Amino acid sequence: MTNFLKKTLILTLLLFPVLARASLEIVITEGIDSARPVAILPFSFNGTTRPTENLAEIVAADLMRSGKFSPLARIKMPQQPARASEINYAAWAREGVEAIVMGQINEIGIDRYSVSFELIDVLKGNSGPNSQMLNAGKLVTSNEHVLDSRETTINGSQFRQYAHRISDIVYEKLTGERGAFLTKIAYVLVRPANEFPYQLVVADYDGVNEQILLRSKEPLMSPSWSPDGTKLAYVTFERRQAQVFVQDIYSGRRTVVSTFPGINGAPVWSPDGESLALVLSKDGNPEIYTLNIASKALNRITNHRAIDTEPSWSPDGKELVFSSDRGGNPQLYSVNLVTGTTRRLTFEGEMNLAGAYTPDGSTIVMVNRTQGQYHIAKMDRQSRFLQVLTKTNLDESPSIAPNGSMIIYSTMHGSSQVLALVSMDGRFKARLPAIDGQVKSPAWSPFL
Amino acid sequence: MNLNKVLKAILVAVPVMTLAACSSTSSTSADDANASRAQQVTETVQVETAEPVISPAEQMRQKLEALRQENTIYFDFDRSTIRPEFVEVLEAHGTFLRANPSVRVTIEGHSDERGTPEYNIALGERRAQAVVSYLQNLGVSGGQLSTVSYGEEKPVDRSRTETGFAKNRRAVLVY
Repeated sequence: MTNFLKKTLILTLLLFPVLARASLEIVITEGIDSARPVAILPFSFNGTTRPTENLAEIVAADLMRSGKFSPLARIKMPQQPARASEINYAAWAREGVEAIVMGQINEIGIDRYSVSFELIDVLKGNSGPNSQMLNAGKLVTSNEHVLDSRETTINGSQFRQYAHRISDIVYEKLTGERGAFLTKIAYVLVRPANEFPYQLVVADYDGVNEQILLRSKEPLMSPSWSPDGTKLAYVTFERRQAQVFVQDIYSGRRTVVSTFPGINGAPVWSPDGESLALVLSKDGNPEIYTLNIASKALNRITNHRAIDTEPSWSPDGKELVFSSDRGGNPQLYSVNLVTGTTRRLTFEGEMNLAGAYTPDGSTIVMVNRTQGQYHIAKMDRQSRFLQVLTKTNLDESPSIAPNGSMIIYSTMHGSSQVLALVSMDGRFKARLPAIDGQVKSPAWSPFL
Repeated sequence: MNLNKVLKAILVAVPVMTLAACSSTSSTSADDANASRAQQVTETVQVETAEPVISPAEQMRQKLEALRQENTIYFDFDRSTIRPEFVEVLEAHGTFLRANPSVRVTIEGHSDERGTPEYNIALGERRAQAVVSYLQNLGVSGGQLSTVSYGEEKPVDRSRTETGFAKNRRAVLVY
């Protein structure tokens, strides 16, 4: 079997449950050769009613989509051990597998399941899993090869969520970086022929469990998550005028927070959740403001006759990055909210737009226009080195995963607007085409 | 040359006849039609028409209908300057709005799909405002004019081609 066929088979096997349920599907367009091989063994099951979700498949799909891992296909697995003591470490090591996830599901009542799993380091296991050592003067069995093990009780509807939880644990143990598999994305779906063509949608980060929060006959824009992940701020034109609303995603309660004449746009929650940065043109042209949500106090941050828009908070909440064409064409600037000092950040390219800080504050992600092409790029804040990450067409609206590993953005695929993913190093790329309609304005949730 | 002389004669005569037709009747275009029809009548019968009664409201409705046919101004990429070919359209709207101070119009600003949605909202507003300034310079009261920018959210052409982009970079006067 050719390598290509093998990869296709793996993808098909892993993604089948996703394809069957979501209106977004993930297609990996550029993988990474150096992705680390791991094995996610099928979970053993004791009981009568099998859960509908396949834990191992979801975990494997998560890890593969991170771009950092290459889960071994089932047909290549050298054995199917029922428990850790049965693992033939040498056989797994020969396949290059560095870690194994294995677990059990026990049906313990009506719609109640006990799920346990272990994450096993193959190399440490290979060097002697049952080696004995002295601990407080006693000879004990070393468990050093078990990197993590957990047990929990869930009901039948929680398998998917718990699978993402397992992925988060495995990812963090193996990379040292927190996983972002238990997160959501918000986006705007446009179906021009529908009675309500504009829809505000949230889904799991992998496109599954899509929920429509709002349907509108007029455009919806710019969803932004509150830091606690319970609310979205967004722009609606339902009154034939731009207004900023905040909507509780669980209760559906929506309140208008900004309805000035002109633009009410680009709301972004402050890291402490108390304010929104937003753009208002009530005084003649677009300026950046901060709005305290509780007190309604409005603070004007920029004052320039040029276009100032797309505010984004620094992780410490002390600075905003924004786009301005004050220099002739749109470039990124930063403004210190305490001193008011404004600095131009970007000089490379015909335009730089939609700047956003990575969670560690070290890098700014943006839309870069060079020779008429709009691509997602990142710039190191210290070295000012700018790197273009994508090769797709008409890229816009980048949003960064809360662990800083991945960027979701909107782009063109054929004649459709779709969402796409690119890893922060630009090496892993995937596409999330919609079954029907145009998808835009993705916003990645905080950790939930 | 003979032909040339005939042509010249026609060229002079036609505008004079037209002028005569205009000056001989009152201000509505229906009267012009009546006048020319009366001139063409043969000698055996004489047909007369009753003058249709057009209320001022009806007149306004007709003019509005005509203005709605030409209500879109197109712009260059990343620009909001009014191109010379749209001066005539805006003057027609300006004249109408000046004559009917109770009429209000909303100017919608739009952009093509290149660049970011937020920047395009700002660009759409700039285009709508350029139309507002132009109309105000023609003497239209600011109270009659309002704007809304939809940026790239309401394209008329979703093809993402140069032609499509050009159709989407627009300001629309909505009565």
